[in-house]
Amino acid sequence: MSDLVRGIVSGETRAIARTISLIENGEARKEAVIDGLFAHTGRAAIVGITGPPGGGKSTLVDRLIERERRRQRRVAVIAVDPSSPFSGGALLGDRLRMQSHATDEGVFIRSMASRGHLGGIAEATGDVIKVLDAAGFDTIFIETIGVGQTEVEIIELSDLVLLVLVPGMGDEIQAMKAGVMEIGDLFVINKKDKPGADKLKAEVEYVLGIKYNGHPEAINPILMVSALNDEGVDELVHAADDYTATVTSSGQLEIRRRQRIAREMHKIFSKKVHEVMDVKIEFSKKIDAWVELIYSRTARPYELINQEMKSFLKEKS
Amino acid sequence: MAARKLRILIAKPGLDGHDRGAKYIARALKDEGYEVIYTGIRQTPEAIAKTAIQEDADLVGLSLLSGAHLELFPRVVELLRENNAADILVFGGGVIPEADIPVLKAKGVKAVFTPGTPIQDVVAFIESVKT
Repeated sequence: MSDLVRGIVSGETRAIARTISLIENGEARKEAVIDGLFAHTGRAAIVGITGPPGGGKSTLVDRLIERERRRQRRVAVIAVDPSSPFSGGALLGDRLRMQSHATDEGVFIRSMASRGHLGGIAEATGDVIKVLDAAGFDTIFIETIGVGQTEVEIIELSDLVLLVLVPGMGDEIQAMKAGVMEIGDLFVINKKDKPGADKLKAEVEYVLGIKYNGHPEAINPILMVSALNDEGVDELVHAADDYTATVTSSGQLEIRRRQRIAREMHKIFSKKVHEVMDVKIEFSKKIDAWVELIYSRTARPYELINQEMKSFLKEKS
Repeated sequence: MAARKLRILIAKPGLDGHDRGAKYIARALKDEGYEVIYTGIRQTPEAIAKTAIQEDADLVGLSLLSGAHLELFPRVVELLRENNAADILVFGGGVIPEADIPVLKAKGVKAVFTPGTPIQDVVAFIESVKT
């Protein structure tokens, strides 16, 4: 076992923090570290928190950390914020709302920049979850960027997704759009003290009623919360516990976890094949010449690539 | 392969709530391509050191306008050392009298930037200590 793996499994903060960086930076040794940790993973409950910016996700996570700590659970948070497409820099400010837990030994919070990855999380998020899981955190919260309707990737990584909505975001048509409304397991209407909260709840109920037409029992729980005033949070925690118990006993959680593994294997496989083909076909060397051929219309894009693939595959057989 | 990104924690220890300078530097460093973690006002040195370690920061920038810099800046340096994280470098900024700068440097604060410092000076410092 490497020093890093040993450090992570025994819960050393520095080892955890450094490993997260090496995963984010795509260092080659990350593969050995993840595989080394793998036997220690699979125990944590992974909870995604998504929803529009300014909806109170960080404040809600702050409250949820507190509830988990009250029942002696160790908590890790991954808070994702966007990287600037221009400078590549990022301003990571989610933990601002969670700093009351900064000195609690049972809480680990990590800010993560998206580094150009779309889908509301960072490319490294999946592997970083494994590190935190192996480090013995009982609950892992993942807070997505919050840009809106494309943040579906969170569902692939978590056991439970809380979709945080707030009044005043737009009419029911917004709610009916595909994407963000389909990823919530639990719907949290935050800022319930604000005007329009009840109306929003009715709209969400209406949209989910259409989706589960004839199966009202399947409608996802909708919780009215004010994270800032700490109202409705206990009810949310209870609803989340109930929901988890239901999907565990029905076998849905297991199905979801298997799907996650399938997607992850597919992702790793595609990446590896891509890397190999990249080298074999000498893509980086040829790309400039290809650009010329296509730009001058002397070649056609699909034909050109297919010829390259064919000649490579012939060499092999 | 993703490139290594420098991570910088910008924090305000102590009791003053004047966070304009801290927010300015956080934004400016973001625009320079760094990953900046901002924790807001009124952080204890303990919270700052723990945050720096969890975030695997390369540098910690402290901003203070209350006059308690001689106590709070070196305390962060100390806590990082105690937690086996002396490689995380500390710099500071704010209303710091010239005479205090050598004192802070002697206690392990790598650089001190007073009001009006061009952001390029801060960038030059960061690049000189980390590349």
